[in-house]
Order: sequence, then C-alpha cells, then structure tokens
Amino acid sequence: MNIARFFPSTTFKLVIWYVGLFSLSVIVIFGFIYWSTATYMATQTDAAIETEIQALAEHYEKGGIRALRQLIVERVQRQHPTGTTIFLLTNPAYQPLVGNISGWPKGNENGGWIDFTLEDAGTAGNELHMARARPFLLRGGFHLLVGRDTETLQVAKTRIIQSLSWGLVLTLVLGIAGGIVMSGRMLRRLDVINDTSQHIMDGDLSQRVLLSGDNDEFDQLARNLNRMLDKIETLLDDIHRVSDNIAHDMKTPLARLRARLESLVQSSQEDLATRHDLDVALRESDQLLTMFNVVLRIARIEATPHIQPTEHVNLAILARDLIDLYEPLAAEKNLTLSCPTNQAVMIAGDRDMLFQAFSNLIDNAIKYAPLESHVVLDTDLGPKPFFEISDQGPGIPEPQHERVFQRFHRLDQSRSTPGNGLGLSLVRAVTNVHSATISLSDNRPGLAVRVTFPAAW
Amino acid sequence: MRILLIEDDPDTAQHVRRGLAESMHVVDHTDNGNDGLGLALTEHYDVIIVDRMLPGRDGISLIKALREKNQRLPILILSALGDTDDRVAGLKAGGDDYLAKPFAFSELLARVEALQRRTQQGPITTKLQVGDLTVDLLSREVRRANQLISLQPREYRLLLYLVQHADQVVTRTMLLETVWDYHFDPQTNVIDVHISRLRSKIDRDFDSPLLHTVRGAGYVISEHR
Repeated sequence: MNIARFFPSTTFKLVIWYVGLFSLSVIVIFGFIYWSTATYMATQTDAAIETEIQALAEHYEKGGIRALRQLIVERVQRQHPTGTTIFLLTNPAYQPLVGNISGWPKGNENGGWIDFTLEDAGTAGNELHMARARPFLLRGGFHLLVGRDTETLQVAKTRIIQSLSWGLVLTLVLGIAGGIVMSGRMLRRLDVINDTSQHIMDGDLSQRVLLSGDNDEFDQLARNLNRMLDKIETLLDDIHRVSDNIAHDMKTPLARLRARLESLVQSSQEDLATRHDLDVALRESDQLLTMFNVVLRIARIEATPHIQPTEHVNLAILARDLIDLYEPLAAEKNLTLSCPTNQAVMIAGDRDMLFQAFSNLIDNAIKYAPLESHVVLDTDLGPKPFFEISDQGPGIPEPQHERVFQRFHRLDQSRSTPGNGLGLSLVRAVTNVHSATISLSDNRPGLAVRVTFPAAW
Repeated sequence: MRILLIEDDPDTAQHVRRGLAESMHVVDHTDNGNDGLGLALTEHYDVIIVDRMLPGRDGISLIKALREKNQRLPILILSALGDTDDRVAGLKAGGDDYLAKPFAFSELLARVEALQRRTQQGPITTKLQVGDLTVDLLSREVRRANQLISLQPREYRLLLYLVQHADQVVTRTMLLETVWDYHFDPQTNVIDVHISRLRSKIDRDFDSPLLHTVRGAGYVISEHR
C-alpha cells in the first residue's frame, strides 16, 4: 500500500476514529475494572478488621482485660512475621499495653477510621507504609486498635494499573495495525472501483467493476455501479441512435429544401432581383445546414472513445500544412503566418480532427488580427507537447475565457462578424477526445490559445 | 453514362435523378438494398450511388456483397453520417468515394463524373493540355501560349488536379481532400483565395480565361465557357 496515498485517505481517518473510539471505550472499561477491584479490596479489608474488633470485644466482655491481652499476644505471635494485621491495646491514657505497633497513631480520623503512615523496621531497612486502622473504645476506658498495613493493597493496585496500561498500549497497537490492514483491504477494493471509473471516464464505457465474490457491501456497490453503467450505456446508445436519426431525418428535408432552391437557381429565367433573393435563400440554407452539421459533429466527437495511442500525428507537419493552406488568406490582410518549430512533435491523435480544430483557431486568429500583424503557430515537445496559436488582435477578456467554449456563445464585439459561435466548442470537443487541455492567455496584445497534450502516450 | 441510384428518400432520389438526367446520364432507381444489389449484379452500370441507411439491406453490406463479385465498379456512398469514422467505414467496405448529406447536386455530379473518369483511363501521356495551357508532368513546367508560368508547388498540384479533371466541375471539398489531403470543413473561403492566386498567374495576362467559377458548386478548367 502506498503510504503517501494512505494518510489523506478516508480510510486513514476511519482508522483514527476507530482506534480513538476503541481506546476510549477500553479506558472506560479498564477504569471501571480498576475502580471496582480497588473498592472491593478496600471493603474486604475493612470488613475483616470490623470482624476482628467484634471478636476481640466479645472476648473482653467474657474474660476481662487479661484475657484480651492474652488473645492479642496469641494473635500477634500466630501471625506471619510479615503479617499485615495491626493490633494495639492501650489504657485510657493511650499508653500501650500490648500490640505490634509502638504507639497510638496520629493520623486523620475519618468516619471511625484512621489512615496513617507506618514505619516498618523490616530487614530491608525502614520503609514507610500506608496503614488503616479502626479504634474501638472498650468498657473501662481501654482503647483497642485493629488495622492493616495497606501496602500490599497499594502494590496490588499499582500492579493492576500497570497491567491495564500495558493492555491499553497493546489495544492501541493492535487497533492501529488492524485498522491499517482493514483499510488496506478497503483501499484495494476501492482502487478497483476507482481504476474502472477512470477507464470509463476515458471513454471506454464497456468496462465493468470486478466483483470479489464475497457478496459484501463492496460487491453490492460494484453491482449497483455496473447496473448503472449498463443503463448509461444503453442510454448513450439511444442518444447516438437518436442523433443519427436526427441527422438522417432532419437533414434530409433540409437537403431537399436546398436541392429545390438549387434547381430553382439553375433553371431560373427570373429577373435579377428574384435571382438575388434565391441566391441569398440558398446561402441561408447552407448556413443552417452547416450549423446543424457542426452541432452533430461536436456531439459525435464528444461521444467517440479517447484517441488510441497508435495513431501518430506530427504537430509540426500539421502546422506547416495549416500555414500552407491559410497563407494566401492571411496575405489578403498582410498578415505573416509563421512557425518557429523545426523538429518533429509527435503525439497520439486523429489528424483530420486536429486539423479541423486548429484551422478553426487560425480562422479566428486571421479574422480578428489587425492588418499587417503576426500570427504565430508554435509547437514543441516541452515537458508536455503543445500547439499554440497567438495573434495580435483584440484578445478575449479574462472573465470570458471559459464561456467562449460554450455552444453558440459569441462575444458582444464579434456579433457583427460572420460565424456561428460553434468553432471553439468544436475545438474543445476535439481536445477532450485527445485528453488535451486548452487554455487562453493574453498575448499582450492579442490572444494566445494553447492546446497541451498529455505527456506520455 | 448509366448510373444506378439506390436511395430510399423519394425527394432526394427525384432530385438526383432529374439532375443526372439533365446532365445526359441514364439513371435506374430503386429504394431498397435487396433490389439494389440484384440490379447491380445483373445489369451493367458505370457508377453506383448508394445511400448508407436503406430498408432491407443497408448500404455497407450491399457494397461488401457487391465487391465480392465486381471489383472495378465505381461506388459512391451517400450518407447523412458525415464523420471521419463513417467515411472510413464506408471506404473500407469498398466504396470509392463518400458524400455526406446534405450535398449540393453539383458536388455529387462532380464526384460521379470523376469516379467514372478514373475507371476510363485515357491514353497514357506526359503532357496535359487545356486550350493553350500545357502542363508537363515530367518537368513540371506550365506554359500558356508558350509562355512559361512559374508556380509554387501547391499551386502546381492545384492546377494539375483541375487539368486532370478538365471540363469537369471540381468542388472545394474535392480540392481539400486531394490537394491538401485533409477531410475537414473550413469555416472560411480558404480555397477561393488559392484559386484566385492561381487564376492571377494563368489567366490574368491572357484574353480568354480558362479557370471558371461554377456558382454554388466549385471550379472548372475549360476553354469552352
């Protein structure tokens, strides 16, 4: 998988969301586990202490202070040396009588409990431990204290936190890895769909998205896309048929009209005025037909599949032929037509279509160029092969640059000149078929029209 | 010349028939592909004009079938589909020329006559002559009334095509297709300017013009006009 493609991808964002949400829920679950474990341990401890106090108090009731002292000594001795139960019995003045801590602890008393620090003179030297104890006032003013060194509890808590943290890290790593693998799979599936769409946009409508056979959402999407494409293809075929039929059915009556006019002109013995009117009518019908033809041609060019890279055209020769054809027309306005290129510029293309497109551009350049100016046809391999026609005419104002390619669009200042507003639409259709881009720029003064072809073919 | 016209549109057919008859040609007409093929295979024609879209058997398949039997018979395809692809398809199937509808009758006539002339080769020669204009095919020298006229290479090719089709109307599209070898529709009168240049070289200094404009059709080079 391509990393540069992965980071901006939707799936990457999905992975981030997925891992984020997953981690959050893991943190919440772990927090709950920790909280309930810790509380359980604490209440267990507290309950044990309460039971012990109860037992000791009962013993005192039955056997008095001596019996209690005896029992406490037994309990302390029976306990494991590292045992954690704390016992202390003091007289009413809090002077210790028996127990395993040296004196009544000073700590915060809180709801009948005292939390304090305990200095443990163990083998490993002095250690400060947290302890928790419950005082109990016996009859006769004696004070009894039973508690627990909570250090083990703390250790257990720390261990829980540690293992939960490791668990969280593991979750994150596994989540990200899983997300990447999952999104990689998704990306691959999407790539298949994207590639196919690209081919289709390049004009090959016969392509279909490959199904993986898993019958999952992607397959459903692909199937829907394919069905949509089938439908579009039939619709396009219909349009082709319709436009062919329009061509056949509507051009034919127009052609008949023209034919009638033509035979009238040829056989007419009429006066001069009538002949002139007939001539004008013939010209008008010719114009109508031309316009009709151009619209149909644009539609058909747009519907042709993109140019196959097997048809090679040398743009330099095209430029030379264009100059050869248009030089006399340019000479009528004392324009010079020139092409500075002297190397071959090979591209994949349809020679006749390109000649038609470029001749439309030259027509425009010659039409709008002022007397005795220069029209330059430049073509070069460049980083990408291009063909540029520049004149020194009035140019086209920047805001109009996109609109001039619309069908029947004419600039206000050119309405008085002959033309039908279809020339540049046809150029655009031809460049589209060649996957080329067309751009207008200011030639200071004048207009430069550049057609840039794709580099690799 | 005997011509077979296979065209389903009655008006177009009538127009073409009348036009060809006025130009002293004999025309047989049928409006469907099957009858057309039958006639073409049994009768003798100099040229066949066939529409691409026909009831029964379409133009392309008719041409293919015909080409299996008769390789030489000149065929002109008429079609409302005027694009390069259609043209190529028509010519590949075996058509000799292709004319998109709507057409000027003069264009059709010019092409039909050019087709017929192509198959009826005259004596092989190195010199062509129209009136007092001579074109030497070997030295590429052009003379009028024995005066040498210097022409640009493209002007020479233009003149040569006209002279090869002397006394016959040559349309602007025919000139573009053969002299420039591009199939396209110029938006302006580019060809007219080339012709007027040529005219200024071969006609201006002489009494009787040879290169004539045929209104609504094209040009013809001829001494009788």
